[in-house]
Amino acid sequence: MTEIRIQQADFEPGAEIAALEDSGGAAGAIATFIGMVRGDGGLISMTLDHYAGMCESEIAAHAMEARKRWPILALRIVHRTGKLAPGDRIVFVGVASAHRQAAFQAAEFLMDYLKTRAPFWKLEQRAGEETWVSARNEDDASIRRWQ
Amino acid sequence: MKLLYFAWVRQKIGKPEEQLDMPPSVTTVSTLVDFLRQRGRGYEEAFRNPALVRVAVNQQHTDFNAVLRPGDEVAFFPPVTGG
Repeated sequence: MTEIRIQQADFEPGAEIAALEDSGGAAGAIATFIGMVRGDGGLISMTLDHYAGMCESEIAAHAMEARKRWPILALRIVHRTGKLAPGDRIVFVGVASAHRQAAFQAAEFLMDYLKTRAPFWKLEQRAGEETWVSARNEDDASIRRWQ
Repeated sequence: MKLLYFAWVRQKIGKPEEQLDMPPSVTTVSTLVDFLRQRGRGYEEAFRNPALVRVAVNQQHTDFNAVLRPGDEVAFFPPVTGG
């Protein structure tokens, strides 16, 4: 099962994990990643802009690619949009598989692709100024190991 | 043709989307950018350094050499920063 959601509302990690556990007894491993808003440099809030429609299709394409590469039993991706505060959750990626290596690798693959291909943009609000976050070269480098 | 703008590209151009009839000179993303840059200061600022701008046609990442057809949905945005 693959579930992909783009939403303003927060998500409940426990509920997402419970849904991953519910894969018919075949799962031996679940790997999850949660991305959060880091409150460094006086960050007050962060607003996530996104391209509705393309986000879903781009993430679905990577989910399909992950399923081709690893024996995945269940996969869940939740990405929030809108205004978030330091400490808020941004993204959840969870993968259930028979063995841990596939679960870890698929989760990392999905996060690397999310960061470099899914059309989201972060606008950071600090005292008196707003700045669009620049793409990081390290993120481009981390995607290359999967190519 | 439907045009969409995101993040600072949207801020510079001053609108999230628009519908435009393209002159015959517009056949690729690159010639579309040349056309848009004539449309005003915001456009000129957004596309001043085209290397900073990414493009998707019909919701697929592509590049400035991509050929355009009537009815395409073309989106311009900075490199993505989600996750």
